[in-house]
Amino acid sequence: MIKAILVFNTRGQPRAIRFFESCSTELQQKLIRESYQIISKRDINACNFVEYNDNKLIYRQYATLYFVFVIDSSESEYDIYELIHIFVQCLDQYFENVCELDLIFHSDKVNHILNEFFMGGFIVERSPDLILNDIRTQIRLERQDSGVLKQMGSKIKSVVDTKTEKMKLDVEKKFDIKL
Amino acid sequence: MKFPDLSMSNPVRLRDLIRQIRSAKTAAEERAVVQKECAYIRDSFRDEDNTWRCRNVAKLLYMSLLGYPAHFGQLECLKLIASTRFTDKRIGYLGAMLLLDERQDIHVLITNSLKNDLNHSNQYIAGLALCALGTICSPEMSRDLGGEVEKLMKSSNPYLKKKAVLCTVRIIRKVPEQFDVFQNSVRSLLSEKNHGVLLSAITLITEMCEQNHQALQVFRKLVPNLVRILKNLIMSGYSPEHDVSGISDPFLQVRLLRLMRILGRNDIEASEIMNDILAQVSTNTENTKNVGNAILYETVLTIMNIKSESGLRVLAVNILGRFLLNNDKNIRYVALNTLLHVVQADHSAVQRHRATVVECLKDADVSIKRRAMELCFALINSNNIRTMINEMLTFLGTCEQEFKADCTSNMFLAMDRFSPSKRWHVDQMIKVLTTAGNSVRDDIVSSLIGIISSSPDLHGYTAQQLYKFIRDDITQQPLVQVASWTLGEFGDLFVSGQYQHTEDEENIQVTEGEIVNVLEKILNWSLSTVITREYAINALMKLSTRFPSCSDQIQSVMTVYACNMNLELQTRAVEYTSLFTKHNSIRSSIVERMPVLMNNQPSTTNNEEQTYEQEDSSSITGINSHITSDIKNEPVEDLFKILDEPSSTNTGNEFNTENNLFDLLNSNNQQSISIPNPLDDIFGNDLLKNQSIIINGKTSSIPSMTAIDKNGLRIIFQFERQDNILFIHLHATNSTKIPITNFVFKAAVPKTFNLELLPPTSTIIPSNNSGDLRQTIKILNSNKDKLRMRIKLNYLYNNSSISDEAELNTFPEQCYN
Repeated sequence: MIKAILVFNTRGQPRAIRFFESCSTELQQKLIRESYQIISKRDINACNFVEYNDNKLIYRQYATLYFVFVIDSSESEYDIYELIHIFVQCLDQYFENVCELDLIFHSDKVNHILNEFFMGGFIVERSPDLILNDIRTQIRLERQDSGVLKQMGSKIKSVVDTKTEKMKLDVEKKFDIKL
Repeated sequence: MKFPDLSMSNPVRLRDLIRQIRSAKTAAEERAVVQKECAYIRDSFRDEDNTWRCRNVAKLLYMSLLGYPAHFGQLECLKLIASTRFTDKRIGYLGAMLLLDERQDIHVLITNSLKNDLNHSNQYIAGLALCALGTICSPEMSRDLGGEVEKLMKSSNPYLKKKAVLCTVRIIRKVPEQFDVFQNSVRSLLSEKNHGVLLSAITLITEMCEQNHQALQVFRKLVPNLVRILKNLIMSGYSPEHDVSGISDPFLQVRLLRLMRILGRNDIEASEIMNDILAQVSTNTENTKNVGNAILYETVLTIMNIKSESGLRVLAVNILGRFLLNNDKNIRYVALNTLLHVVQADHSAVQRHRATVVECLKDADVSIKRRAMELCFALINSNNIRTMINEMLTFLGTCEQEFKADCTSNMFLAMDRFSPSKRWHVDQMIKVLTTAGNSVRDDIVSSLIGIISSSPDLHGYTAQQLYKFIRDDITQQPLVQVASWTLGEFGDLFVSGQYQHTEDEENIQVTEGEIVNVLEKILNWSLSTVITREYAINALMKLSTRFPSCSDQIQSVMTVYACNMNLELQTRAVEYTSLFTKHNSIRSSIVERMPVLMNNQPSTTNNEEQTYEQEDSSSITGINSHITSDIKNEPVEDLFKILDEPSSTNTGNEFNTENNLFDLLNSNNQQSISIPNPLDDIFGNDLLKNQSIIINGKTSSIPSMTAIDKNGLRIIFQFERQDNILFIHLHATNSTKIPITNFVFKAAVPKTFNLELLPPTSTIIPSNNSGDLRQTIKILNSNKDKLRMRIKLNYLYNNSSISDEAELNTFPEQCYN
């Protein structure tokens, strides 16, 4: 299984992190720091698999970002290597020419995409198109949510208006006065 | 999201907060911004404000990404989850996944909300709930909600189905007993068309099989289905939604192959079904793209791990060979890794690629170098030993420090097993010591000494070679240690020229004084380690008899060192000084040359023990001078004394003190080598471990044993055992016409046992089997070691005293197991 997914930039600042094994905040930050130290020292042409304690770090660099997957021995290194590429492709399709700033300012959306891709350390779905469909539907739902209140408000308003209008006409008729 | 402007000051939007944090110029500034915002959020949580909770929690999650503590938001996440709005739920579940885990007490409170949301009509909300459950569930939650998850697994919606399946994976990990609940639903999943569901289903089955042996049996029947799915994947044409670089759903293929590997391991039937499809995948997949290589790699691993036919294995090794030639580092790494596992099973096939592997040693990448080194050692055999050792020596000269210790140990082992001649062996080891410097392990030093000692024709030659190195440079401690020992033992051969001269190298002539000077220099040099100096001081002592002209010089050195600050050196010097003064008469016999060690077994541990034994006997006498008087006594007493001697000797800190003085057929304590045991299968399971040893408790039903039957004297052992204590009742009978008198029975056992001889019934054995002599031996065997015993008999027969010895190795197993 995948133990953790880390995305940090070439200066070591984390941009998106997800841990599939429970560990404390200090441990998380320690892992990020150590991975950064190991990976930033590696040559461009070196192989993308590094051994780290009992786990392996599979990493790929895209522009200023390192995408690092920490896996244990039950996963195939090559498989995960390809998966990183699929994940980045998905981000690219969603944000349209994704760059580091997109990940910074929309970290919640990145988290939602991660949720659709991985669960509990395993891959849920590996087709970017299907995932993006789901994401877009969910965003529509969110928008509807906030739109619903407005609709309800205006509906109530219209109901109240018609009722008061009616009452007004009734009273006018009854008492033959003009309100 | 646009909210109506209700409050006086809206909380900052997430985007603006991010901008603020990024614009902070120093870490302190950033911390200030974060703390201010955290304080504001905490206040706002206290006010129970529903409208902005969502935004505040989102900000909190961002700050936790940066590493700031965010635990106070946990309860708010719960409230968000309980809300009815989709946005709230979404952020709430995200927060729960990131901030909560099993260690917090709060997280059980989610259970109720999860239960409701799992049954929600909106598939995305149910999906969110499944996601959260799959990430953070605990065993209790698994038990409570397992039923709901199973219901969702049967739903018709593929979105929910695949999430439910993966959730099950986690549930099974946490509560393995739940396997029965889910077992039946799993089978129907394999006939799904949706690849997402199929992928999750395969993951689930893999997880079940890895955990549970019973599952393995059940799912083996599904192998034909798996083969069919794989076949469809390969044969089907282009399908846009599953395509990655021209290959149809490679992830699913890889997972299927892995599952087949697990199911086919150790099962011939299943493996046979898979043979065809594996061959098809290997030949059809194109290897120009990364994904193709990923599939081929997985296929190779599968082929090597199941009981496949030999043609397929050859195919697999060829694929690996092609990988090795590839320029991509990743592929080479992966290939080297796999070849290491393959090499035990299929040695000859891998030999073909030896040249390529040796090339990889020169690669700049550390991971590749390490793999190549391990593989090279696994490939050494008697044919290629010379070239390989040359290559490894070059490698040793240029590699990083972390490799040197392993490399030297492995080289020594390889040479031990395959070296064509002793002289070559010694030469190469000297080269290794000079190249590797100080990173050689201590046991290599002692093993090398053992080898030098065991080849008598090389003594003088070795002394000369080593002298050449240390007269110029005494910085490399292992080399200096070996050299000191050699010069101490064989310096006289070197000086007198009685050795095999080499034609092509310079043969130097030295005087005795020069050798003593070098040793003194080593002893006095402040950068020599204590161990090196101990070697040097011993060597000097030995030379005091071999070089009589330097005896005075050596004696003065000892006197100087008798006041040395180091306790070890001081002790030795004091004792050696006393050897010069009070016990000068026996000095020569004490430090005379050690007997040549005959090397029967090619294991390095053997040499260690022999060396230890010999070193021990030479230095023990240094410590306890009363033993020197015992040397004049009967040798049998010596046997007891040496056996009973506590192992706290001077040389103990150099050699392994657990060694058995008694016999050389000790249990091997292997060094840390990465050369795998040829009897292991690929995953390191020792195939011999499955023997069960029958343990005999207190019964006396152990068969008796004849200890000795010679010249009419017969001794039978009968055994009685109580846990760790073994009682041996011996019966001695005499079938000759003349009685045996003054019969004394002596026994010695290895050091790990405790022996007690109870007094015998008499010392006379009557003739013609008319009576017997009984004696009881009590042995305490706390380590449950194999029992061995050496016995010695002394008696008077026909007016002549007879002495007899025997070694007993064939005790029944129940005596000691």
